[in-house]
Amino acid sequence: MPPAALSVHLSIGQAYAWSVFKPPLESALGLSGTQSALPFQLGIVMLGLSAAFGGTLVERNGPRWAMTVALICFSSGFLLSSLGAATEQYWLIVLGYGFVGGIGLGIGYISPVSTLIKWFPDRPGMATGIAIMGFGGGALIASPWSAQMLESFGSDSSGIALAFLVHGLSYAVFMLLGVLLVRVPRSEKPVESAPSAFEGPQVSARNAVRTPQFWCLWVVLCMNVTAGIGILEKAAPMITDFFKGTSTPVSVSAAAGFVALLSAANMAGRIGWSSTSDLIGRKNIYRLYLGVGAVMYGLIALFGDSSKPLFILCALVILSFYGGGFATVPAYLKDLFGTYQVGAIHGRLLTAWSTAGVLGPLIVNWIADRQEEAGKSGSALYGLSFVIMIGLLVVGFVANELVRPVDVRHHIPAPREAADVGARQQPESA
Amino acid sequence: MSEHDSSQSPPDRRPLIALAWVWVGAPLAYGLYELVQKATQLFTG
Repeated sequence: MPPAALSVHLSIGQAYAWSVFKPPLESALGLSGTQSALPFQLGIVMLGLSAAFGGTLVERNGPRWAMTVALICFSSGFLLSSLGAATEQYWLIVLGYGFVGGIGLGIGYISPVSTLIKWFPDRPGMATGIAIMGFGGGALIASPWSAQMLESFGSDSSGIALAFLVHGLSYAVFMLLGVLLVRVPRSEKPVESAPSAFEGPQVSARNAVRTPQFWCLWVVLCMNVTAGIGILEKAAPMITDFFKGTSTPVSVSAAAGFVALLSAANMAGRIGWSSTSDLIGRKNIYRLYLGVGAVMYGLIALFGDSSKPLFILCALVILSFYGGGFATVPAYLKDLFGTYQVGAIHGRLLTAWSTAGVLGPLIVNWIADRQEEAGKSGSALYGLSFVIMIGLLVVGFVANELVRPVDVRHHIPAPREAADVGARQQPESA
Repeated sequence: MSEHDSSQSPPDRRPLIALAWVWVGAPLAYGLYELVQKATQLFTG
Protein backbone atom coordinates (compact mmCIF):
# COMPACT_ATOMS: atom_id res chain seq x y z
CA MET A 1 0.00 0.00 0.00
CA PRO A 2 2.72 2.63 0.77
CA PRO A 3 4.24 2.43 -2.76
CA ALA A 4 0.73 2.76 -4.23
CA ALA A 5 0.15 5.93 -2.20
CA LEU A 6 3.63 7.23 -2.99
CA SER A 7 3.18 6.75 -6.74
CA VAL A 8 0.21 9.11 -6.63
CA HIS A 9 1.64 11.68 -4.21
CA LEU A 10 5.08 11.78 -5.89
CA SER A 11 3.26 12.57 -9.14
CA ILE A 12 0.84 15.24 -7.97
CA GLY A 13 3.61 16.86 -5.92
CA GLN A 14 4.84 18.10 -9.30
CA ALA A 15 2.53 21.06 -8.74
CA TYR A 16 5.15 22.75 -6.55
CA ALA A 17 7.60 22.64 -9.48
CA TRP A 18 5.33 24.68 -11.77
CA SER A 19 7.76 27.61 -11.50
CA VAL A 20 10.10 25.74 -13.88
CA PHE A 21 7.59 26.35 -16.70
CA LYS A 22 7.01 30.03 -15.90
CA PRO A 23 9.98 31.72 -17.62
CA PRO A 24 9.69 29.67 -20.87
CA LEU A 25 5.93 30.30 -21.03
CA GLU A 26 6.42 34.00 -20.42
CA SER A 27 8.92 34.35 -23.27
CA ALA A 28 7.16 31.94 -25.67
CA LEU A 29 3.62 33.30 -25.23
CA GLY A 30 4.41 36.86 -24.12
CA LEU A 31 2.90 36.50 -20.64
CA SER A 32 3.45 38.51 -17.47
CA GLY A 33 4.61 36.87 -14.25
CA THR A 34 1.10 37.12 -12.82
CA GLN A 35 -0.41 35.47 -15.90
CA SER A 36 2.09 32.61 -15.94
CA ALA A 37 1.26 31.86 -12.28
CA LEU A 38 -2.46 31.39 -13.10
CA PRO A 39 -2.39 27.62 -13.87
CA PHE A 40 -0.66 26.91 -10.53
CA GLN A 41 -2.96 29.19 -8.55
CA LEU A 42 -6.09 27.73 -10.12
CA GLY A 43 -4.64 24.25 -9.53
CA ILE A 44 -4.24 24.92 -5.79
CA VAL A 45 -7.76 26.38 -5.56
CA MET A 46 -9.14 23.32 -7.36
CA LEU A 47 -7.10 21.08 -5.04
CA GLY A 48 -8.87 22.54 -2.02
CA LEU A 49 -12.31 22.54 -3.64
CA SER A 50 -12.13 19.03 -5.11
CA ALA A 51 -10.75 17.61 -1.84
CA ALA A 52 -13.53 19.33 0.11
CA PHE A 53 -16.40 18.43 -2.22
CA GLY A 54 -15.03 15.14 -3.60
CA GLY A 55 -14.07 13.63 -0.25
CA THR A 56 -17.42 11.91 0.26
CA LEU A 57 -17.25 10.44 -3.26
CA VAL A 58 -13.77 9.12 -2.51
CA GLU A 59 -15.08 7.44 0.65
CA ARG A 60 -18.06 5.99 -1.23
CA ASN A 61 -16.23 4.70 -4.30
CA GLY A 62 -12.94 3.64 -2.76
CA PRO A 63 -9.27 4.47 -3.28
CA ARG A 64 -8.88 2.71 -6.64
CA TRP A 65 -11.66 4.80 -8.14
CA ALA A 66 -10.11 7.94 -6.60
CA MET A 67 -6.64 7.14 -7.90
CA THR A 68 -8.06 6.45 -11.36
CA VAL A 69 -9.85 9.80 -11.35
CA ALA A 70 -6.65 11.50 -10.15
CA LEU A 71 -4.63 9.78 -12.89
CA ILE A 72 -7.08 10.74 -15.64
CA CYS A 73 -7.45 14.35 -14.49
CA PHE A 74 -3.78 15.01 -13.72
CA SER A 75 -2.57 13.40 -16.94
CA SER A 76 -5.32 14.98 -19.09
CA GLY A 77 -4.39 18.34 -17.61
CA PHE A 78 -0.90 17.99 -19.06
CA LEU A 79 -2.23 16.74 -22.41
CA LEU A 80 -4.60 19.72 -22.69
CA SER A 81 -1.73 22.01 -21.74
CA SER A 82 0.39 20.42 -24.45
CA LEU A 83 -2.33 21.21 -26.98
CA GLY A 84 -2.55 24.73 -25.59
CA ALA A 85 1.21 25.29 -25.92
CA ALA A 86 1.33 23.79 -29.43
CA THR A 87 -1.49 26.05 -30.64
CA GLU A 88 -0.35 28.98 -28.45
CA GLN A 89 -3.77 29.11 -26.76
CA TYR A 90 -2.85 29.97 -23.17
CA TRP A 91 -6.40 29.57 -21.88
CA LEU A 92 -6.12 25.87 -22.69
CA ILE A 93 -3.08 25.61 -20.41
CA VAL A 94 -4.96 27.38 -17.60
CA LEU A 95 -7.98 25.13 -18.13
CA GLY A 96 -5.90 21.97 -18.51
CA TYR A 97 -3.23 22.27 -15.84
CA GLY A 98 -5.21 24.49 -13.47
CA PHE A 99 -8.80 23.28 -13.63
CA VAL A 100 -8.66 19.66 -14.85
CA GLY A 101 -5.24 18.92 -13.35
CA GLY A 102 -6.26 20.66 -10.11
CA ILE A 103 -9.15 18.21 -9.66
CA GLY A 104 -6.56 15.43 -10.00
CA LEU A 105 -4.47 17.10 -7.30
CA GLY A 106 -7.32 17.25 -4.78
CA ILE A 107 -8.71 13.76 -5.38
CA GLY A 108 -5.20 12.30 -5.58
CA TYR A 109 -4.13 13.99 -2.33
CA ILE A 110 -6.91 12.45 -0.24
CA SER A 111 -7.18 9.15 -2.17
CA PRO A 112 -4.83 7.00 -0.05
CA VAL A 113 -5.34 8.63 3.36
CA SER A 114 -8.17 6.62 4.89
CA THR A 115 -6.93 3.39 3.30
CA LEU A 116 -3.45 3.85 4.78
CA ILE A 117 -4.96 4.47 8.21
CA LYS A 118 -6.97 1.25 7.89
CA TRP A 119 -3.84 -0.70 6.92
CA PHE A 120 -1.79 0.67 9.81
CA PRO A 121 -4.33 1.37 12.58
CA ASP A 122 -1.73 1.54 15.34
CA ARG A 123 0.68 3.74 13.33
CA PRO A 124 -1.55 6.13 11.39
CA GLY A 125 0.93 8.99 11.71
CA MET A 126 3.70 7.02 10.07
CA ALA A 127 1.36 5.69 7.37
CA THR A 128 0.02 9.06 6.27
CA GLY A 129 3.46 10.60 6.77
CA ILE A 130 4.88 8.33 4.06
CA ALA A 131 2.24 9.38 1.53
CA ILE A 132 2.25 13.08 2.35
CA MET A 133 6.06 13.05 2.33
CA GLY A 134 5.63 11.96 -1.29
CA PHE A 135 3.79 15.18 -2.08
CA GLY A 136 6.85 17.10 -0.86
CA GLY A 137 9.14 14.76 -2.78
CA GLY A 138 7.21 15.23 -6.02
CA ALA A 139 8.66 18.70 -6.57
CA LEU A 140 12.17 17.46 -5.87
CA ILE A 141 11.82 15.01 -8.75
CA ALA A 142 9.89 17.23 -11.14
CA SER A 143 11.97 20.36 -10.75
CA PRO A 144 15.28 19.05 -12.20
CA TRP A 145 13.48 16.62 -14.53
CA SER A 146 11.29 19.30 -16.11
CA ALA A 147 14.23 21.71 -16.38
CA GLN A 148 16.34 19.11 -18.18
CA MET A 149 13.45 18.30 -20.50
CA LEU A 150 12.98 21.96 -21.47
CA GLU A 151 16.72 22.20 -22.07
CA SER A 152 16.53 19.23 -24.46
CA PHE A 153 13.27 20.10 -26.25
CA GLY A 154 13.78 23.88 -26.29
CA SER A 155 11.93 26.65 -24.49
CA ASP A 156 9.77 27.73 -27.44
CA SER A 157 6.09 26.81 -27.63
CA SER A 158 6.69 23.50 -29.44
CA GLY A 159 9.37 22.51 -26.89
CA ILE A 160 7.01 23.33 -24.01
CA ALA A 161 4.20 21.40 -25.75
CA LEU A 162 6.44 18.35 -26.08
CA ALA A 163 7.52 18.63 -22.44
CA PHE A 164 3.87 18.77 -21.30
CA LEU A 165 3.06 15.75 -23.48
CA VAL A 166 5.90 13.70 -21.99
CA HIS A 167 4.86 14.76 -18.48
CA GLY A 168 1.25 13.72 -19.09
CA LEU A 169 2.15 10.30 -20.46
CA SER A 170 4.91 9.61 -17.91
CA TYR A 171 2.77 10.51 -14.91
CA ALA A 172 -0.09 8.37 -16.26
CA VAL A 173 2.21 5.33 -16.38
CA PHE A 174 3.76 6.14 -13.00
CA MET A 175 0.42 6.60 -11.23
CA LEU A 176 -0.92 3.39 -12.77
CA LEU A 177 1.09 1.49 -10.17
CA GLY A 178 -1.03 3.03 -7.44
CA VAL A 179 -4.27 2.18 -9.25
CA LEU A 180 -3.20 -1.44 -9.72
CA LEU A 181 -1.77 -2.03 -6.25
CA VAL A 182 -4.13 -0.20 -3.92
CA ARG A 183 -6.10 -2.55 -1.66
CA VAL A 184 -8.41 -1.99 1.28
CA PRO A 185 -8.13 -4.33 4.30
CA ARG A 186 -11.32 -6.01 5.42
CA SER A 187 -12.89 -4.53 8.53
CA GLU A 188 -13.18 -7.99 10.05
CA LYS A 189 -9.45 -8.60 9.82
CA PRO A 190 -7.38 -5.49 10.28
CA VAL A 191 -3.76 -5.97 9.26
CA GLU A 192 -2.28 -4.92 12.58
CA SER A 193 -3.39 -6.92 15.57
CA ALA A 194 -4.37 -4.05 17.85
CA PRO A 195 -5.97 -1.65 18.04
CA SER A 196 -8.48 -2.17 15.28
CA ALA A 197 -8.92 0.61 12.74
CA PHE A 198 -12.64 0.29 13.27
CA GLU A 199 -12.65 0.77 17.04
CA GLY A 200 -13.35 4.01 18.87
CA PRO A 201 -15.60 6.91 17.88
CA GLN A 202 -16.97 6.95 14.35
CA VAL A 203 -18.26 10.28 13.08
CA SER A 204 -19.61 11.05 9.63
CA ALA A 205 -18.15 13.93 7.59
CA ARG A 206 -21.47 15.75 7.78
CA ASN A 207 -21.45 15.56 11.60
CA ALA A 208 -17.73 16.27 11.89
CA VAL A 209 -18.00 19.77 10.41
CA ARG A 210 -20.62 20.55 13.06
CA THR A 211 -18.22 19.86 15.92
CA PRO A 212 -15.93 22.43 17.57
CA GLN A 213 -13.11 19.89 17.28
CA PHE A 214 -13.14 20.13 13.48
CA TRP A 215 -12.91 23.92 13.56
CA CYS A 216 -10.22 23.89 16.26
CA LEU A 217 -8.17 21.61 14.01
CA TRP A 218 -8.96 23.86 11.04
CA VAL A 219 -7.45 26.80 12.95
CA VAL A 220 -4.47 24.67 14.07
CA LEU A 221 -3.69 23.61 10.49
CA CYS A 222 -4.26 27.07 9.05
CA MET A 223 -1.97 28.76 11.60
CA ASN A 224 0.76 26.13 11.27
CA VAL A 225 0.75 26.30 7.46
CA THR A 226 0.66 30.11 7.46
CA ALA A 227 3.74 30.18 9.70
CA GLY A 228 5.61 27.77 7.41
CA ILE A 229 4.66 29.62 4.24
CA GLY A 230 5.85 32.81 5.94
CA ILE A 231 9.39 31.48 5.62
CA LEU A 232 8.96 29.37 2.47
CA GLU A 233 7.45 32.14 0.36
CA LYS A 234 10.41 34.50 0.63
CA ALA A 235 13.20 32.18 1.74
CA ALA A 236 15.81 33.22 -0.83
CA PRO A 237 15.38 37.02 -0.57
CA MET A 238 14.92 36.71 3.20
CA ILE A 239 18.30 35.07 3.91
CA THR A 240 19.97 37.49 1.48
CA ASP A 241 18.37 40.53 3.18
CA PHE A 242 19.18 39.26 6.68
CA PHE A 243 22.93 39.08 6.04
CA LYS A 244 23.28 41.86 3.45
CA GLY A 245 25.13 44.29 5.64
CA THR A 246 27.11 41.71 7.63
CA SER A 247 30.58 40.22 7.23
CA THR A 248 28.99 37.00 5.92
CA PRO A 249 26.68 38.03 3.01
CA VAL A 250 24.71 35.30 1.23
CA SER A 251 25.21 34.86 -2.55
CA VAL A 252 22.40 34.01 -4.99
CA SER A 253 23.59 30.39 -5.35
CA ALA A 254 23.90 30.00 -1.57
CA ALA A 255 20.34 31.33 -1.20
CA ALA A 256 19.19 28.67 -3.72
CA GLY A 257 20.97 26.10 -1.57
CA PHE A 258 19.08 27.40 1.48
CA VAL A 259 15.76 26.94 -0.36
CA ALA A 260 16.74 23.37 -1.25
CA LEU A 261 17.65 22.66 2.36
CA LEU A 262 14.25 23.96 3.46
CA SER A 263 12.58 21.55 1.01
CA ALA A 264 14.54 18.70 2.60
CA ALA A 265 13.44 19.80 6.09
CA ASN A 266 9.84 20.06 4.90
CA MET A 267 9.96 16.50 3.53
CA ALA A 268 11.82 15.02 6.50
CA GLY A 269 9.33 16.65 8.89
CA ARG A 270 6.44 14.94 7.11
CA ILE A 271 7.65 11.43 7.83
CA GLY A 272 9.73 12.15 10.97
CA TRP A 273 7.34 14.21 13.07
CA SER A 274 4.25 12.37 11.87
CA SER A 275 5.78 9.04 12.93
CA THR A 276 6.80 10.58 16.26
CA SER A 277 3.17 11.55 16.83
CA ASP A 278 2.32 7.83 17.02
CA LEU A 279 4.56 7.65 20.09
CA ILE A 280 3.87 10.93 21.91
CA GLY A 281 0.31 11.64 20.78
CA ARG A 282 -1.23 14.05 18.31
CA LYS A 283 -2.00 16.84 20.77
CA ASN A 284 1.56 16.83 22.10
CA ILE A 285 3.14 16.94 18.64
CA TYR A 286 1.04 19.98 17.70
CA ARG A 287 2.08 21.61 20.99
CA LEU A 288 5.62 21.13 19.69
CA TYR A 289 4.86 22.45 16.17
CA LEU A 290 3.06 25.53 17.44
CA GLY A 291 4.87 26.25 20.73
CA VAL A 292 8.45 25.55 19.64
CA GLY A 293 7.61 27.07 16.23
CA ALA A 294 6.74 30.35 17.99
CA VAL A 295 10.01 30.18 19.95
CA MET A 296 11.95 29.60 16.70
CA TYR A 297 10.33 32.65 15.11
CA GLY A 298 11.18 34.63 18.25
CA LEU A 299 14.85 33.55 18.04
CA ILE A 300 15.06 34.56 14.38
CA ALA A 301 13.47 37.93 15.12
CA LEU A 302 15.80 38.63 18.06
CA PHE A 303 19.12 37.07 17.05
CA GLY A 304 18.70 35.90 13.43
CA ASP A 305 20.83 38.57 11.83
CA SER A 306 23.73 38.02 14.21
CA SER A 307 24.18 34.30 13.57
CA LYS A 308 23.75 32.59 10.22
CA PRO A 309 23.77 29.04 11.70
CA LEU A 310 21.05 30.06 14.16
CA PHE A 311 18.93 31.59 11.38
CA ILE A 312 19.30 28.48 9.21
CA LEU A 313 18.62 26.09 12.09
CA CYS A 314 15.47 27.92 13.20
CA ALA A 315 14.16 28.12 9.62
CA LEU A 316 14.78 24.39 9.12
CA VAL A 317 12.91 23.53 12.32
CA ILE A 318 9.97 25.74 11.31
CA LEU A 319 9.81 24.09 7.87
CA SER A 320 10.00 20.61 9.39
CA PHE A 321 7.01 21.57 11.59
CA TYR A 322 5.21 22.89 8.50
CA GLY A 323 5.60 19.51 6.77
CA GLY A 324 4.83 17.64 9.98
CA GLY A 325 1.60 19.58 10.43
CA PHE A 326 0.33 18.47 7.03
CA ALA A 327 1.27 14.84 7.55
CA THR A 328 -0.01 14.46 11.12
CA VAL A 329 -3.44 15.96 10.64
CA PRO A 330 -5.09 12.87 9.05
CA ALA A 331 -4.04 10.80 12.07
CA TYR A 332 -5.38 13.51 14.42
CA LEU A 333 -8.69 13.36 12.52
CA LYS A 334 -8.71 9.58 12.82
CA ASP A 335 -8.20 9.84 16.60
CA LEU A 336 -11.12 12.26 16.93
CA PHE A 337 -13.58 11.09 14.27
CA GLY A 338 -12.58 7.47 13.55
CA THR A 339 -11.88 5.91 10.18
CA TYR A 340 -15.49 5.87 8.97
CA GLN A 341 -15.21 8.96 6.72
CA VAL A 342 -11.77 10.26 7.63
CA GLY A 343 -10.84 10.88 3.98
CA ALA A 344 -13.89 13.08 3.43
CA ILE A 345 -13.26 14.97 6.70
CA HIS A 346 -9.62 15.46 5.69
CA GLY A 347 -10.77 16.84 2.35
CA ARG A 348 -12.94 19.43 4.07
CA LEU A 349 -10.11 20.37 6.43
CA LEU A 350 -7.80 21.12 3.49
CA THR A 351 -9.70 24.39 2.94
CA ALA A 352 -7.48 25.59 5.82
CA TRP A 353 -4.51 25.00 3.51
CA SER A 354 -6.09 27.11 0.75
CA THR A 355 -6.72 29.90 3.27
CA ALA A 356 -3.17 29.73 4.61
CA GLY A 357 -1.85 29.70 1.05
CA VAL A 358 -3.33 33.17 0.62
CA LEU A 359 -2.73 34.43 4.16
CA GLY A 360 0.98 33.52 4.59
CA PRO A 361 2.41 35.14 1.44
CA LEU A 362 0.07 38.12 1.86
CA ILE A 363 1.34 38.90 5.35
CA VAL A 364 5.04 38.55 4.54
CA ASN A 365 4.98 40.29 1.15
CA TRP A 366 2.69 43.13 2.15
CA ILE A 367 4.65 43.94 5.30
CA ALA A 368 8.04 43.67 3.55
CA ASP A 369 6.81 46.06 0.82
CA ARG A 370 5.48 48.57 3.36
CA GLN A 371 8.70 48.44 5.40
CA GLU A 372 10.76 48.96 2.26
CA GLU A 373 8.63 51.97 1.37
CA ALA A 374 9.33 53.29 4.88
CA GLY A 375 13.04 53.17 4.09
CA LYS A 376 13.89 50.05 6.08
CA SER A 377 16.20 47.31 4.84
CA GLY A 378 17.79 43.99 5.83
CA SER A 379 16.21 42.02 8.66
CA ALA A 380 14.03 45.04 9.58
CA LEU A 381 11.84 44.19 6.56
CA TYR A 382 10.61 41.03 8.29
CA GLY A 383 10.50 41.88 12.01
CA LEU A 384 6.79 42.73 12.11
CA SER A 385 5.89 39.66 9.99
CA PHE A 386 7.65 37.44 12.50
CA VAL A 387 5.78 39.01 15.42
CA ILE A 388 2.49 38.34 13.56
CA MET A 389 3.58 34.75 12.87
CA ILE A 390 4.28 34.25 16.58
CA GLY A 391 0.80 35.59 17.34
CA LEU A 392 -0.79 33.22 14.80
CA LEU A 393 1.11 30.26 16.24
CA VAL A 394 -0.11 31.17 19.73
CA VAL A 395 -3.69 31.25 18.38
CA GLY A 396 -3.08 27.79 16.88
CA PHE A 397 -1.61 26.58 20.18
CA VAL A 398 -4.71 27.70 22.07
CA ALA A 399 -6.98 26.05 19.47
CA ASN A 400 -5.05 22.81 19.92
CA GLU A 401 -5.51 23.04 23.71
CA LEU A 402 -9.26 23.36 23.18
CA VAL A 403 -9.47 20.04 21.31
CA ARG A 404 -11.42 17.50 23.38
CA PRO A 405 -12.88 14.08 22.49
CA VAL A 406 -15.97 14.38 20.29
CA ASP A 407 -19.28 14.29 22.13
CA VAL A 408 -21.07 10.95 21.73
CA ARG A 409 -24.14 12.65 20.24
CA HIS A 410 -22.08 13.19 17.06
CA HIS A 411 -21.10 9.51 16.79
CA ILE A 412 -22.90 7.34 14.28
CA PRO A 413 -25.41 5.13 16.18
CA ALA A 414 -23.72 1.76 15.99
CA PRO A 415 -20.01 2.22 15.43
CA ARG A 416 -19.23 -1.38 14.60
CA GLU A 417 -22.13 -1.71 12.23
CA ALA A 418 -21.42 1.62 10.58
CA ALA A 419 -17.77 0.75 10.10
CA ASP A 420 -18.82 -2.40 8.32
CA VAL A 421 -21.13 -0.33 6.15
CA GLY A 422 -18.23 1.99 5.43
CA ALA A 423 -16.07 -0.93 4.44
CA ARG A 424 -18.80 -2.43 2.25
CA GLN A 425 -19.00 0.86 0.40
CA GLN A 426 -15.67 -0.03 -1.19
CA PRO A 427 -16.38 -2.09 -4.35
CA GLU A 428 -15.35 -5.68 -3.87
CA SER A 429 -14.56 -7.93 -6.80
CA ALA A 430 -12.95 -11.31 -7.07
CA MET B 1 -7.21 -7.62 -8.85
CA SER B 2 -9.42 -7.26 -5.80
CA GLU B 3 -9.51 -3.96 -3.97
CA HIS B 4 -9.89 -5.88 -0.71
CA ASP B 5 -7.30 -8.03 0.95
CA SER B 6 -8.85 -10.96 2.74
CA SER B 7 -5.66 -12.73 3.80
CA GLN B 8 -2.05 -12.02 4.73
CA SER B 9 0.32 -11.36 1.83
CA PRO B 10 1.64 -14.66 0.49
CA PRO B 11 5.44 -14.98 0.15
CA ASP B 12 5.35 -14.84 -3.65
CA ARG B 13 4.18 -11.22 -3.47
CA ARG B 14 7.60 -10.12 -2.27
CA PRO B 15 9.08 -9.55 -5.77
CA LEU B 16 6.07 -7.39 -6.63
CA ILE B 17 6.49 -5.42 -3.42
CA ALA B 18 10.21 -4.97 -4.12
CA LEU B 19 9.46 -3.83 -7.67
CA ALA B 20 6.86 -1.37 -6.37
CA TRP B 21 9.37 0.15 -3.93
CA VAL B 22 12.00 0.44 -6.68
CA TRP B 23 9.36 2.05 -8.94
CA VAL B 24 8.79 4.88 -6.44
CA GLY B 25 12.23 4.81 -4.80
CA ALA B 26 14.33 5.35 -7.95
CA PRO B 27 12.84 8.72 -8.96
CA LEU B 28 12.82 9.82 -5.32
CA ALA B 29 16.53 8.97 -5.04
CA TYR B 30 17.15 11.03 -8.19
CA GLY B 31 15.26 13.97 -6.69
CA LEU B 32 17.17 13.69 -3.41
CA TYR B 33 20.50 13.54 -5.26
CA GLU B 34 19.65 16.73 -7.14
CA LEU B 35 18.53 18.32 -3.88
CA VAL B 36 21.80 17.51 -2.10
CA GLN B 37 23.76 18.93 -5.05
CA LYS B 38 21.84 22.19 -4.77
CA ALA B 39 21.82 22.35 -0.96
CA THR B 40 25.62 22.14 -0.79
CA GLN B 41 25.71 25.52 -2.55
CA LEU B 42 24.63 27.05 0.76
CA PHE B 43 28.00 26.12 2.22
CA THR B 44 30.13 26.50 -0.91
CA GLY B 45 28.33 29.23 -2.88
